[in-house]
Amino acid sequence: MSQSYREIAINGLWKNNPGLVQLLGLCPLLGTSNSTVNALGLALATMLVLVCSNAAVSLIRGVTQTAVRLPAFVMIIAALTTCIELLMQAFTYELYQILGIFIPLITTNCVILGRADGFAAKNGIARSAFDGLMMGIGFGLVLVVLGAARELLGTGVLFANMQLLFGPLAENWQLSLLGSDYKGFLLAILPPGAFLVLGLMIAGKNIVDQRAEARAKARQPAPEPVPSRRVRVTGVVE
Amino acid sequence: MALPRITSPHATGRNRTQQVMQLVLLATLPGVLVLTWLYGFGTLINLCWAIAVALGCEAAVLRLRQRPIGFFLRDYSAVLTAVLLALALPPYSPWWLTLTATGFAIVFGKQLFGGLGQNPFNPAMLGYVVALISFPVEMTSWPAPRGFEAANPTLGLLDGLQRILGLTDNLPDAWTQATALDALKVNKSLTIAELWESNPSFGSVGGYGSEAVNLAFLAGGLFLLYKRVFTWHAPAGMLAALALMSLLFWNGAGSDSNGSPLFHLLTGATMLGAFFIVTDPVSGATSVLGRLLFGAGVGVLAYVIRAWGGYPDGVAFAVLLMNLAAPTIDYYTRPRTYGHRKPERGFKLGE
Repeated sequence: MSQSYREIAINGLWKNNPGLVQLLGLCPLLGTSNSTVNALGLALATMLVLVCSNAAVSLIRGVTQTAVRLPAFVMIIAALTTCIELLMQAFTYELYQILGIFIPLITTNCVILGRADGFAAKNGIARSAFDGLMMGIGFGLVLVVLGAARELLGTGVLFANMQLLFGPLAENWQLSLLGSDYKGFLLAILPPGAFLVLGLMIAGKNIVDQRAEARAKARQPAPEPVPSRRVRVTGVVE
Repeated sequence: MALPRITSPHATGRNRTQQVMQLVLLATLPGVLVLTWLYGFGTLINLCWAIAVALGCEAAVLRLRQRPIGFFLRDYSAVLTAVLLALALPPYSPWWLTLTATGFAIVFGKQLFGGLGQNPFNPAMLGYVVALISFPVEMTSWPAPRGFEAANPTLGLLDGLQRILGLTDNLPDAWTQATALDALKVNKSLTIAELWESNPSFGSVGGYGSEAVNLAFLAGGLFLLYKRVFTWHAPAGMLAALALMSLLFWNGAGSDSNGSPLFHLLTGATMLGAFFIVTDPVSGATSVLGRLLFGAGVGVLAYVIRAWGGYPDGVAFAVLLMNLAAPTIDYYTRPRTYGHRKPERGFKLGE
């Protein structure tokens, strides 16, 4: 019983979102989301590692002993993270320096190990890679929204310093949405702001889910009234 | 004869929370008056605006949470939070600062945890700290007290209102000035005597304004103590710990002085904290010994932050930190129920 691609996509992006529902990988999520460019950089790096590690784990799933599977997975993830680290050093060195310890820490991101053990070790390579992509996008979306919200609240501008990631082309992508009089709500950039905004995002997702559920229930026809049954004193009355 | 068929307790009276809150509000009156006399109408405007924001936020969240709005608004707890917060904010702080601090205190500090009685932190101090770390410049610009302004008397009602709404910028440079705690923190070269001589507005002990405000809050606190709104343990613990710490680390009146015990007792937010914040029955410890320890912890931490921390005053941070510790304190200081023996610890031979 393997999931369809549609289900995998819905799971990764919304229903089982790593950031909002599984609450995995909170350390990099909260640590690097103080600006959009940092968040986007880490999101792309994590997504790349996630896709590749899921594919690799899926490839070797037949020949890995159960007892040594976790060390094997971590080795794969660590190797891929090193690749990403070297790539970032080569192409986006300034961003690499800003993100600092959080790039090597991708190795220990629970989302990646969780998907490797929970999905890729049981599914084919195409499905696994697709799951990695969807989980990566889901995680990245939460990260970028969190980063953008904190950047906007904290400094009043959006997309500052995007040239760190996209080169000189993005020099003037910066938008100052709240005007030049805005003083900046420093708390949003500080660590408490990450927890507060993430909490509000989770609350928002729960509200959307509840509304959708209520709407689905309202659309269904009311169930037939259950005819009376004899009362049983033991067991469960169905 | 019709006997009332209800069980004990037969205590009568209206909403008791309401009465307590009203008494505490009444006790802040000396402080409000002194603040208004010293700094002009800024405090009063802040008070009104903070109360309006607090009631608005409280009503909005209660509506979202589908709770009875009128019942909870009438217990005056939101008003008290707003008043304590507004008294801690600098007079003439801009309107959005008061809005942010009060809104945060009510929504995030109180209602998101479940409303009155459920908040782990003191809402007023939470709002104050949020404002302090978010807007340090506005939060540390205290106006000079009456009689010490540079060629510019204390602002009138209209000027003050314009200042708070951000409509005027034409204020003299010397309108705001460092408080005594600020000056002591940044002072590197002057002895205490020289420092006080160069700043006539530092008065005799803790700053001309601070002394009077602290004494007024002390009077209000003693009134509450007399009315038995709270017991003496938490305030006494805090003041004793603060005095003890400042006595232990009092290194004379040289340029590296940490200030005398009397200075620390009569400056900054000491008395407001001791009698109106530390005595919060919700976020503090509850047992008798626990309250003493809670107060003492606040006193020690406040002194540590004042003397060696990055902020001039540390009462708000100290209260929040001790709020975190309050459940643990309560756990270890549970009073023994009458008739029960102390639990025996360790192993006994023969078991």
